Amino acid sequence: MPDTDPGPAVRLAGVRRRFHAGKRVVTALDGITAEAARGAVTGLVGPDGAGKTTLMRLIAGLLRADAGRIEVLGIDVARDPLSVQARLGYMPQRFGLYEDLSVAENLDLYADLQGVSPDRRPARYAELLHMTGLGPFTGRMAGRLSGGMKQKLGLACTLVHPPDLLLLDEPTVGVDPVSRRELWQIIDHLTREAQVTVLFSTAYLDEAERCDSVLLLHEGQLLGHGPPGQFTAEMAGRSFLATASLGRRRLQARLAAMPGVIDAVIQGSRVRVITAEAVPPVAAGLFAEAPDLVFTPTPPRFEDSFVARLRARDGLAPPALPTPARPLAGEGGVTGDVIVVARLTRRFGAFVAVDDVSFTVARGEIFGLLGANGAGKSTTFRMLCGLLPPTSGTLRVAGFDLRGAAASARGRIGYMAQKFSLYGDLSVAQNLRFFSSAYRLTGAHQRARVAWAETEFELGPMRDATARDLPLGFKQRLALACALMHEPDILFLDEPTSGVDPLARREFWRRINALAEQGVTVLVTTHFMEEAEYCDRLVIMAQGAVLAAGEPEAIKQGARTAAQPDPTMEDAFIAVIEAAQAPAQAA
Amino acid sequence: MNAGALRRLSGLLRKESLQIWRDPSALAIAFLLPAVLLLIFGYGVSLDARNVPIALVVQRPGALAASFTSQFARSPFFRPRRFLTIQDAERAMTAQLVQGIVWLPSDFARRAEAGGSSPIGVIVNGVDANDARIIEGYVQQVWATWLTARAQAAGGGAALPLSVAPQVRFNQAVDSRDYLVPGLIAVIMTLTGALLTALVIAREWERGTMEALMVTRVTMREILLAKLIPYFVLGMGGMAASVAIAVLLFGVPLEGSVWVLTAASGLFMLTALGMGLVISSIARNQFVAGQIAIITTFLPAFLLSGFVFDINSMPRVVQIITHIVAARYFVAILQSVFLAGNVWSVILPNAFALAVMAAIFLGLARAITHKRLD
Repeated sequence: MPDTDPGPAVRLAGVRRRFHAGKRVVTALDGITAEAARGAVTGLVGPDGAGKTTLMRLIAGLLRADAGRIEVLGIDVARDPLSVQARLGYMPQRFGLYEDLSVAENLDLYADLQGVSPDRRPARYAELLHMTGLGPFTGRMAGRLSGGMKQKLGLACTLVHPPDLLLLDEPTVGVDPVSRRELWQIIDHLTREAQVTVLFSTAYLDEAERCDSVLLLHEGQLLGHGPPGQFTAEMAGRSFLATASLGRRRLQARLAAMPGVIDAVIQGSRVRVITAEAVPPVAAGLFAEAPDLVFTPTPPRFEDSFVARLRARDGLAPPALPTPARPLAGEGGVTGDVIVVARLTRRFGAFVAVDDVSFTVARGEIFGLLGANGAGKSTTFRMLCGLLPPTSGTLRVAGFDLRGAAASARGRIGYMAQKFSLYGDLSVAQNLRFFSSAYRLTGAHQRARVAWAETEFELGPMRDATARDLPLGFKQRLALACALMHEPDILFLDEPTSGVDPLARREFWRRINALAEQGVTVLVTTHFMEEAEYCDRLVIMAQGAVLAAGEPEAIKQGARTAAQPDPTMEDAFIAVIEAAQAPAQAA
Repeated sequence: MNAGALRRLSGLLRKESLQIWRDPSALAIAFLLPAVLLLIFGYGVSLDARNVPIALVVQRPGALAASFTSQFARSPFFRPRRFLTIQDAERAMTAQLVQGIVWLPSDFARRAEAGGSSPIGVIVNGVDANDARIIEGYVQQVWATWLTARAQAAGGGAALPLSVAPQVRFNQAVDSRDYLVPGLIAVIMTLTGALLTALVIAREWERGTMEALMVTRVTMREILLAKLIPYFVLGMGGMAASVAIAVLLFGVPLEGSVWVLTAASGLFMLTALGMGLVISSIARNQFVAGQIAIITTFLPAFLLSGFVFDINSMPRVVQIITHIVAARYFVAILQSVFLAGNVWSVILPNAFALAVMAAIFLGLARAITHKRLD
């Protein structure tokens, strides 16, 4: 229906919302005032805990605001949620699908609920199935679809009745880059052809650049609002790539400590540097160890602007270098390859979760397993920890065969699980004490390690705080400290920085880099393409198999074409997956 | 209800039926859970004492003593064992080899023949007070039978000052299972009904589908109806299966009409499903919903419905509390319909009470379920 009201699709005025978590009050949204234009894609961008989902639910009329006013399509949501809901399409985080219904049955259900008359359905279904590529799978149960297909079915269900406003809550989290790209093609099509207004929430900062307009949220506050070009324009002349013959991790540590530099992150073989002012840093004679240091200007990214805003807001000094390295306990124990995986396969019934995977990791190396949810990363990890026996293949960790001596190998491994697996009801100090005794530390040695963790990870001021109440970044730090209590020489990190803000992520990787410099071998799983840049070497996994292996730079170069002279890791990932699918389709 | 609402409701009903069919957990709650509980409790809980091991101590054997002890051997209730001294018998009772001791003192025969009273000693293990009372009663019965037989044999009727002729109504076989199983059905159906709705709605919360449902044009009334209708059918199916087990397997008589039974069960099922709906709006994960359902429906129904523990012998305060336990009314109806027939003076007031409770719980569920997450 055409609207006479030319105003914005969504208008937020002083929106505030608090939640009670036990005795604690969490401010999810703190006075947000913003607008989302009609017919455009507006991104709600921010890390976990920024308030994105709360804002989505407020706009959908599922929650009431404590203060402020929300107008959607000219209607006050608090007064008339049903009228708003009649014109909305909303896809919640887990897509809202019934897993034991088939693709067609899910579509039928949502068509019934949205009042689509049976005579209009065949044409609409055909259109949606064509758009999402789900045509051949209408009889398949939703629970048996891949993550990317579920995401598209969830989207199709919200579109059965063409909505005026489409709300997508983190639709791309954990989904493979190919599906991510296809989703964006669908969204572009919808806004162009059907003039749908889209609100898209995401924790991936690179997706901000695909939106027409961005609301940058952090801890319930609006850090910025405007087209993404405006965010990057502020950063003009402040982004550089540094190259030197110095090791990239050492170079990054040096640059991060430099005055005038607000950010230094590893990007492939180079280091990305952001300066406080639009003045290029002077390379000549900066470091005696790196006489060949060169800074090349590079186009700014959305993330640069987020980091700059956070630094400006919090007034944080660039992080200091970690305290001097402790000598490694397992020094001289194992030389050469610390982790050897050969022809590893794991089946669950007829399903092959890990399919003939081989790789080796050398001492002091940071090795990544990159892939979408369901690619087989976690299964591989569990086998490496000795938690799951392989169906076939060999696994050696720190010289121990995991089939025979899983317990001995485990004593050498520090493991940081996804979602951190801390005891939420215990305090920081109690968590440290518990994990250190679980690793059989006692007496003076245990006290020394707990004290070490409290200083090294700056947990001292928080030692009596309950782990559940810690900010995400602190939880991550505490989890890492717990995994390091027994001074392991191998560290397993399962999706360690998923959802944390860019500063916490940098902080985390600074510590991991320092550990690797000391000789700790690090194995990390991630679905974060950017994070792959921090790895020395990595494998790309999809459907249980390794599709590519090597240094990040080499993998990226493999995807280089005339059209893409400087491919990102995501471009490389897509190229690798498409190359793997091509012979299958030809056959 | 307009066409749009009807279409939404039929869409939800079709979805629910498909889910019931494909996910066996709802079917298991409706059919397997009542069957298993009925078999466990039906065979396990019995208030009858049969083949009770009992010690007989006869200090001076004789014809009279022999005729008395043979009475125990003939009784279906006892499995007598002979002991020579009372000390041996007491040791056996301490070791739980026997549940009671019947002691004929050395002057038993002499006093009986003298025509006076002939005391016997009876010691009963009182750990289980209920069992103890039953054993005591049985012993007295055996003793009375023996005295009567002796008096008749003597040709006179003077031995007993009065005779008791017990007459049992409504459960002629005096089989406690006939009395327990109908009540048990009420208790089990409370749990089943509440679990069915509480768990399936909690599952929608857990899987995030409730959130997606809420942002459509569907109203909360339609969502609740779409849960109530299929699980009512399923619950009544489970009820029918339980009645079949009671009648065919346990041989409980069904004296009243099937239609009265069906109507009363329908009312009760609405109450139980309503309780489940109320629970589901409080508990949004299946584990918590299951815990709450067991604590708030199954335990009160078990303890306070009068199905095994007599309400009249409870303290006054507890008696008042039993009035809010829906199973109480259903137990009364079931015991009447199964054992006595259509006793309208019992059925009508209890059915009315059930209707009130069903209205309260369904109304409460409707009132506290909002189309919002907070």
